[in-house]
Amino acid sequence: MHIVDRRLNPGSKSLENRQRFLRRAKALVQGAVKKSSQSRDIKDVLEGGEVSVPIDGMDEPRFRREGGTRDMVLPGNKKFVEGDILPRPNQSGGRGRGAGEGDSEDTFRFVLSRDEFVDLFLDDLELPDLAKRKLAEVESEGIRRAGYTTSGSPANISVSRTVSRALARRVALRRPRREVLEALEAELLDCSEERRAELMAEIEALKTKMRRIPFIDPIDIRYRRFETVPKPVAQAVMFCLMDVSGSMTEHMKDLAKRFYMLLYVFLKRRYRHVEIVFIRHTDRAEEVDEQTFFYGPASGGTLVSSALQAMHDIVRSRFRPADWNIYAAQASDGDNSYADGEVASRLLTDNILPVTQFFAYLEVGQENGLSYEMPNSALWTLYEGLRANGAPLSMRKVNERSEIFPVFHDLFQRRGPQERTAS
Amino acid sequence: MTATDQLLFEGADWDFRTLQRICDACEQIARDELGLDVYPNQIEVITAEQMLDAYSSVGMPLFYKHWSFGKHFAFQEASYRKGLMGLAYEIVINSSPCISYLMEENTATMQTLVIAHAAFGHNHFFKNNYLFKQWTDADGILDYLEFAKRYVAHCEERHGRLAVEHTLDAAHALMSHGIDRYPGKKSLDLRAEEKRAGRRRAHEEREFNDLWRTVPTGPAKSGAVLDVERRRAMLGLPQENLLYFLEKTAPRLKPWQREILRIVRHIAQYFYPQSQTKVMNEGTATYVHYRIISRLHEQGRLTDGNFLEFLQSHTNVVFQPEFDDPRYSGFNPYALGFAMMQDIERIVTNPEAEDRDWFPDIAGTGDTMGVLRDIWANYRDESFISQFLSPRLMRHFRMFHLHDDPEERAGILVDAIHDERGYRRLRRELARQYDVGFIDANIEVVDVDLAGDRRLMLRHTVVKGAQLSEADTKRVLQHLADLWTYDVSLVEADASGTVLKEYVANPRKIAAVA
Repeated sequence: MHIVDRRLNPGSKSLENRQRFLRRAKALVQGAVKKSSQSRDIKDVLEGGEVSVPIDGMDEPRFRREGGTRDMVLPGNKKFVEGDILPRPNQSGGRGRGAGEGDSEDTFRFVLSRDEFVDLFLDDLELPDLAKRKLAEVESEGIRRAGYTTSGSPANISVSRTVSRALARRVALRRPRREVLEALEAELLDCSEERRAELMAEIEALKTKMRRIPFIDPIDIRYRRFETVPKPVAQAVMFCLMDVSGSMTEHMKDLAKRFYMLLYVFLKRRYRHVEIVFIRHTDRAEEVDEQTFFYGPASGGTLVSSALQAMHDIVRSRFRPADWNIYAAQASDGDNSYADGEVASRLLTDNILPVTQFFAYLEVGQENGLSYEMPNSALWTLYEGLRANGAPLSMRKVNERSEIFPVFHDLFQRRGPQERTAS
Repeated sequence: MTATDQLLFEGADWDFRTLQRICDACEQIARDELGLDVYPNQIEVITAEQMLDAYSSVGMPLFYKHWSFGKHFAFQEASYRKGLMGLAYEIVINSSPCISYLMEENTATMQTLVIAHAAFGHNHFFKNNYLFKQWTDADGILDYLEFAKRYVAHCEERHGRLAVEHTLDAAHALMSHGIDRYPGKKSLDLRAEEKRAGRRRAHEEREFNDLWRTVPTGPAKSGAVLDVERRRAMLGLPQENLLYFLEKTAPRLKPWQREILRIVRHIAQYFYPQSQTKVMNEGTATYVHYRIISRLHEQGRLTDGNFLEFLQSHTNVVFQPEFDDPRYSGFNPYALGFAMMQDIERIVTNPEAEDRDWFPDIAGTGDTMGVLRDIWANYRDESFISQFLSPRLMRHFRMFHLHDDPEERAGILVDAIHDERGYRRLRRELARQYDVGFIDANIEVVDVDLAGDRRLMLRHTVVKGAQLSEADTKRVLQHLADLWTYDVSLVEADASGTVLKEYVANPRKIAAVA
């Protein structure tokens, strides 16, 4: 009898098979991910977790028989006698499932890790208008000291470290010191004959020992080690502009919030460092923290240009366009005073659009509204005019939570180069 | 007071010394009192995750990589985590040495149960049953699996993961039709298989398949050259082992693809006896663990508490829900098998008049283990049930037979119940449910149109009106056509030869590339 403990065996065999399955089921899992993200809070979505994968496309076909006359022997007869006729169960639903046949796996739950989930979630998205994408992808490497190593190029020999190691070795192996030898040689100059032979032998022994234990041995040598570290140059700033005038309902803010969160998560995947600037405005604009942005009470008239001006000022003072990838997403119900249109348009064309990678305008509507029935608002008309003149603006209307992801997806979908400015 | 009077363990904890003591105690009873003959045992302690792993690769300790195992793993892991499914206490492999997996979470009592069940019950059955002797090669299987794994990985390196995956997908779809059902061929020697594989591969790479030299010059002439009968004889038709047929005759398969089909076929063949002996195999193992552990308790080597814990697990295992119970999903092989083994013991030692009528050969002979060992060696589920299911047991389970004819509007007919008139019919019907000839669809290769478009022609002989499910059949035929690389047709016909349905599948481009 042989007993083996296999518990410590490394390697779950299933990992590789699981990855193969995921690769194969990618389209299905992706669909499931999107479906599940619509009904869930965005925060939870990014926690990963379970998705239901339809087993339909993933089952393995076999020749299977069905129908025909069937005979079965069952246990547990209570009252039947030979010749009884039993009504069929679920007559309306066609054939009932007989004993032990048909192993139904319509859908099954698949647990995805957070990374797997987010990867699939964002998989076919890409940042539009990628003028500065090169910057984002090329990472300059910095160099930093990283201790010592036993191999390297002569230029990197660390003298002090090598000598101190040599010293330690010499002490440990009791290499004779030079003074001792010198003293003996001095004594040799005038001494008796019998002492002379003794001294000669002693000196010879010391010299041999010195040769055997060299002053510097190859094993003492240490080189300085350097390693390269990626230096984050890829950084992005995201401006969240929101109209918080009285006409913006909680529902609208919620829609906007979901959009911003998606954008944030998305940028976070692409850049090492993402800053967010929250600007809310009524007829005047201010930079606020997240809490205030979404939950702070505010009311007043509407001047969109104030927010644009604030953004412009912040860019000028804190985010040099040469160093930062700038994104802006504006959410509004579209109300703006007519007189403001001119100012907003000039700010956008002259100052903001030239430095931003992407400017998205999200017009949020009432719950249960239909986006195609929304009349064009003042802001929408204004932006559409700009866009007609070739400004890189993207605009969408949203009414329902479930539309957020599709709209987002739509805005950021990978495109051919000719389409990039078209949206 | 002898050494055997001491307790094996107390409480629920165990360590490796305890396991060794348990094994020794079980082995003594198994050999000396039950007269079991087993392969050497190897016991491996594993974690729950490893158990799931083993589950998803059909219980094998090592296996080639394929996405479907990942799917099963994900599926089983999900239901396990949700608590829908308990893990089996053990997995045992029909190999020499016979490997039993024990989960580390089990209590000492459960480990005793599992060791008695797997390492002695299943092990004896594997070593002695005629089907296993005929079809499986316990010495070679582990090496062969190792070879299969290496070979598939090697193919992936050489020919790309996708091409290998296509081939494996197709082979898996045909796996249940990759079995030689009837003996006549020599049993497998997997070690020799493995050695031959290398030589065969080298040879086949050079070989030119002579069969396909008969390229037609014109339909009329070639028809005369090869007459139908001779062609069918040359191709070994009709052939029900589809994988074997493809491996030998598919015109455009690469040698490595043939080898993969062969691997899948060998593994299907290796599992074939298991599917025919579920009731007997589990019945044997359950009967053996019951005898061994009861004996350990009698000897005073198990406390009453541990014995009660054992009885509870044992009762769960042999529980048979009735047909109208929501938990019902067919006969539980443990319940039926164990009940029959115990019933045989009763007939041998303490028969009634009815038993003497029904089982004159064994009733009252007194040698329980002799009779059982003989049965374990020489029967499979179908023949076992049709010979040894007693009227008393049919009454015990209150069995009845339903005949469901979809043409019959009124409903389902109760055709027989557990009474004098019904015993023989019940027993025959139940045995038929375990007859492999009826479980899998009867599909054969009937002809290849060598003279024309090289179409492969299959026939499904419809039994009792059960036709193939359409969606699945189309997909399987697609796989088949991809391997064959020419059109494949399947005709469904009933016993009188009336054609009920016909399928045709055309090969996809991708298969030709692969």
